[in-house]
Amino acid sequence: MTEQLDAGVVARQIKEGDLLGGPGGGREVGRARRRKEDARLVTGRTQWTDNIQLPGMLYVAFLRSPMAHARITRVDTSAARTQPGVVAVYSGQDFAAEQGSLPCAWPVSEDIVIPDHPPMAVTEVRYVGEAVACVVATDRYKAADALDAIEIDYEPLDAVTDMTAALDEGSPKVHEAGNKAFTWKFAQGDIDAAFRDAAVVIDRTYVQQRLIPSAMEPRAVVAQTDGDSFTLHSATQIPHVLRVMLALTTGIPEHKLRVIAPDVGGGFGSKLQVTAEEVLCLLITRRLGKPVKWTESRSEGNLTVHHGRDQLQRISVAADADGRIRGVKVDLLADMGAYLMLVTPGVPLLGAFMYSGIYKMDAYDFTCTGVFTTKMPTDAYRGAGRPEATFAIERAVDELAAELGMDPIELRRRNWIRHSEFPYTTICGLTYDSGNYEAATDRALALFGYDKLRAEQADRRERDDPVQLGIGVSTYTEMCGLAPSRVLGSLAYGAGGWEHAGVRVLPTGKVEVVTGTSPHGQGHETAWSQIVADALGVPFEDVAVIHGDTSSSHKGMDTYGSRSLVVGGVAVVQACEKVKENAKQVAAHLLEASPDDIEFSRGEFRVRGTGASRTIQEIALATFAAHNLPDGFEPRLDADATFDPDNFSFPHGTHLCAVEVDTETGATKIRSYVAVDDVGSVVNPLIVEGQVHGGIAQGIAQALFEEAVHDADGNLLTTTMADYLLPSAADLPDYTTDRTETPATTNPLGVKGVGEAGTIASTPAVVNAIVDALRPRGVQDVAMPCTPERVWRVLDQAGTAPRAGAQTTEGGPA
Amino acid sequence: MPRISVTVDGIRYDEEVEPRLLLVHLLRDRLGKTGTPIGCDTSNCGACTVLLDGRSVKSCSVLAVQADGGDVVTIEGLATGGTWHPMQKAFHEEHALQCGYCTPGMIMAAIDLLHDDPDPSEEAVREGLEGNLCRCTGYCTIVRAVRRGAREMSQEMPREGMATP
Repeated sequence: MTEQLDAGVVARQIKEGDLLGGPGGGREVGRARRRKEDARLVTGRTQWTDNIQLPGMLYVAFLRSPMAHARITRVDTSAARTQPGVVAVYSGQDFAAEQGSLPCAWPVSEDIVIPDHPPMAVTEVRYVGEAVACVVATDRYKAADALDAIEIDYEPLDAVTDMTAALDEGSPKVHEAGNKAFTWKFAQGDIDAAFRDAAVVIDRTYVQQRLIPSAMEPRAVVAQTDGDSFTLHSATQIPHVLRVMLALTTGIPEHKLRVIAPDVGGGFGSKLQVTAEEVLCLLITRRLGKPVKWTESRSEGNLTVHHGRDQLQRISVAADADGRIRGVKVDLLADMGAYLMLVTPGVPLLGAFMYSGIYKMDAYDFTCTGVFTTKMPTDAYRGAGRPEATFAIERAVDELAAELGMDPIELRRRNWIRHSEFPYTTICGLTYDSGNYEAATDRALALFGYDKLRAEQADRRERDDPVQLGIGVSTYTEMCGLAPSRVLGSLAYGAGGWEHAGVRVLPTGKVEVVTGTSPHGQGHETAWSQIVADALGVPFEDVAVIHGDTSSSHKGMDTYGSRSLVVGGVAVVQACEKVKENAKQVAAHLLEASPDDIEFSRGEFRVRGTGASRTIQEIALATFAAHNLPDGFEPRLDADATFDPDNFSFPHGTHLCAVEVDTETGATKIRSYVAVDDVGSVVNPLIVEGQVHGGIAQGIAQALFEEAVHDADGNLLTTTMADYLLPSAADLPDYTTDRTETPATTNPLGVKGVGEAGTIASTPAVVNAIVDALRPRGVQDVAMPCTPERVWRVLDQAGTAPRAGAQTTEGGPA
Repeated sequence: MPRISVTVDGIRYDEEVEPRLLLVHLLRDRLGKTGTPIGCDTSNCGACTVLLDGRSVKSCSVLAVQADGGDVVTIEGLATGGTWHPMQKAFHEEHALQCGYCTPGMIMAAIDLLHDDPDPSEEAVREGLEGNLCRCTGYCTIVRAVRRGAREMSQEMPREGMATP
């Protein structure tokens, strides 16, 4: 595609003043507003947790296990205690009586084993990096120095690093109860009938490699107490959930614990956690009565921020000769790591309902076994279960197309839910409210120049060009807007999925919005301002958004699972409706009319059929003065709302990726990438585009670059950013993005969520493209990340790699 | 302890520092210049990038004593008289930041990049910012912002030139 086209698409999306409509034909919703958040972020006035310095503050440093599995036989902290600046040194034994167990909020099955998870190891360590002791000192350098003086003896135990081997009878055990955490099954339809006599059966195993989420801001915690109550600042996505969980874990009463998430530098699920360090910093400040701070180093974070993915997926697809899918069977092994953290066991199950993707079928069978290993626990990472599911089904559908000699788009057309069939209840039991897969795909094909690229591909194959072209298709959907509380209850999750909002109208007519969502880069301050500006008819600039502090935003379920707009934004709308209803009572009274005769439009309450009106600002001031209000009227316009959705939302889209694979070197270059997403109605196209871009980048990163690698003893080898390859600008292409808009029918904004879409869609698009490039050379799969070495080795094994020789001096693996 | 004298965002500081103290910790912990964050410990991420004597450095890889006698500009020193630097404006306009953690380093590195190439191509921006990692944006908007900032800086320069006798 041309640069001109890219620019045109982009310009269409983010043109200032672009009006895409919204509640009441609003002026703000749909507009590419520049973000309010940026002012502090581009000038260095951000409030990161590590910025906080308090009088008398002490610094905590953790000593971490150098072994994946060992018994602690001796701890001697005496030498460390005498180091300069050292205030205290603690080992697990010192906390044993009070530290409790880190919570798992998602006991997914009856048979689940939830091992005790002490924040600091007391007798046994089960992954490299587990905290075994800590130093509290007067500055961060002294704290780090004193760690060297702590002596700990270990008796090594066998590491358990392979999920499949872990389930063998004779495997060393991670926990006394064994290595199986749970088994979870789900089935619909007659799966045996679907596979019996099927013309084609595709049977594949895919490896979802372990990933390190790598938010740019490392975790940090500041804990303080006045002797009665506690305040915890943390770089967290979930201040509200964290408060409840910390109260339950530490015994500090909930009303004596304030949790603040100040500016938070990215999360991607990695800060959706109750961490050992948060608990321990609270316990330390309780003991010492002094404020304490802990900030992790990146290499500490790579070891001890929960990891993502790490599943072994066996997927079988049965189809008729014409390509109609009859049924899908999935057997999943999911690596839990050493313990079950906040939602560890639930992550693969969030994918359980997505293996049917956008396709119709007669039967579905899903089994997931959670397995303990001696590695850092896994938990939510952008998409959490849904990228894995989407990868498997989209890869398998491409394989099916290849098996049938059919174009992968055509095969999808034959199976997907047609626009006219919505709402549609899938074989997995979800009711997709809306969507238009035809429209998104047609648009993507046009932007991509699909037919032209196919012609070029044929030409390169014909010429046996050493650089082959591959085209990858990914027609994804996802369930987001987490989540209807009843559904979460039926899945044994420990909390609900509602969200809270409060809208306060100040005497001068300015508006404060209190939200239970907890943004860490998503731009809620801007988007919520747009929503409120339209709902109440106040200027965008007159709205402030308050979040992330349990004392000012007392109620919430926080930010993850593409839920903030779909659930939290709707709560904001509902609170605004109540505010308007209150204001209407006042307006009617001031205008001496019946409330039934009052119309509201763009901030004005008007008596129908007359010119008499009051602005919302006038009503705010009149309500504040309270001199002349209706009898019995409580003098306030403010209102709260808590919204619990009836259904998930289902964004979808079509992503197309063209890659050039150098069969001599194994190197993959993304030649073009087109994403047409349907995330329903859009509040701010600029923010949506940003979320899509970033999501695509993370999905590409899984496909091409990233992998947490352990050796046979369970040591993480990718502990730094020098070893764990986060892509830079030079490693990634530009993207062509566009949207179709099929509004969600399940919420008044028509929104579907966009936080995870790009990540879910892009990984299979890239790998499908690589396999498509190499298929004529006998390649059916390349394990992720598809590094040059991996690609080269796959070609080498297939016997189709050009041998290094006369024409080239490069090409071998490094 | 060595005594150093360093100018940061136009203010001179005389400080006694441990020889091992990193410049970024001097800035953040001693001088309160928390606008410059730390993202890694292997000089890969570039979040801590500042200008030292006009060129970008990763302040986690410079000792405070190495900055003795030097002139440091951080993200906090870019705006003049309440007016944002064109690169700050460009990042805002192009939505080149989400969580914003990489942004100070990204902006400082971008300014240094333009020092060598005042009108960089897309490819030159991508290559030039290879040492600065962003996890949120996917980089497209950062590339747009740097090129926009470059255009606006080149338009401002003649005016500055005219104003200077």
